[in-house]
Amino acid sequence: MKKKHWYDYLWIWAIVYFTLGFFNILFAWFGMIDFLLPLLIAVVGGNKWFCNHLCGRGQLFSLLGGRLKCSRNKPAPAFLYSRWFRYGFLVFFLAMFGNMLFQTWLVASGASGLKEAIKLLWTIRVPWGWTYTAGTVPDWVAQFSFGFYSMMLTSLLIGLVVMLLYKPRSWCAFCPMGTMTQTICKLKNKEDRKNL
Amino acid sequence: MAKKYALIKKENCVACGACQNECPKEAVAVWKGCYAKTDLERCVGCGRCAKVCPAAAISIEKREVQA
Repeated sequence: MKKKHWYDYLWIWAIVYFTLGFFNILFAWFGMIDFLLPLLIAVVGGNKWFCNHLCGRGQLFSLLGGRLKCSRNKPAPAFLYSRWFRYGFLVFFLAMFGNMLFQTWLVASGASGLKEAIKLLWTIRVPWGWTYTAGTVPDWVAQFSFGFYSMMLTSLLIGLVVMLLYKPRSWCAFCPMGTMTQTICKLKNKEDRKNL
Repeated sequence: MAKKYALIKKENCVACGACQNECPKEAVAVWKGCYAKTDLERCVGCGRCAKVCPAAAISIEKREVQA
């Protein structure tokens, strides 16, 4: 049996993170770790150690879909892991991230008011005001939290749906962070790949 | 040596590491974040990696018998 490491239990962090967002939206900022760390590891280390060992979301899907059998375990349709879909989804995701930053800037500049709601699947507005007491932090800090948590929850929901329908880690096939870090690694290790 | 082994289709591999985490023989590993690679010496062709691969990048193939 394989030796277990501390990072094999990071699925607990994924559950804790999403649960905290139901109580205080400001905890959404912790999600920046999942955003910056994979990039940092890819850029500095030239590998996908984050995806391979530290991704709590991936581990959660493996656990739910694998050990707990909440997955049909069927092969995903080929388009889901095709190059055009992966890069298309990455571009879309980055555009949505940019839009979220723009909304934060609008609030910071006073052009727009704080919206105490999250948006699921970039379209469905869900009131989420109970997780924030007005005035606790500058409005833009709270606005970013709502926006970022919306993105994180949306990706979790999509991941859970594809986990149920296909293989447990089907989300990983088109995860924007995964696509981005793999591209960085391929560029960074271009010479080594040639010599293989 | 086992009769079968895991063949990685590099162009499909998303380097997620699901195969690496599943392999009981530590025969499959993600190479520098680019794609997974099989250590043919260690691989026993059990197919666990192929079963979890979300991108259909692994197939279990028969080894060519050397005379």
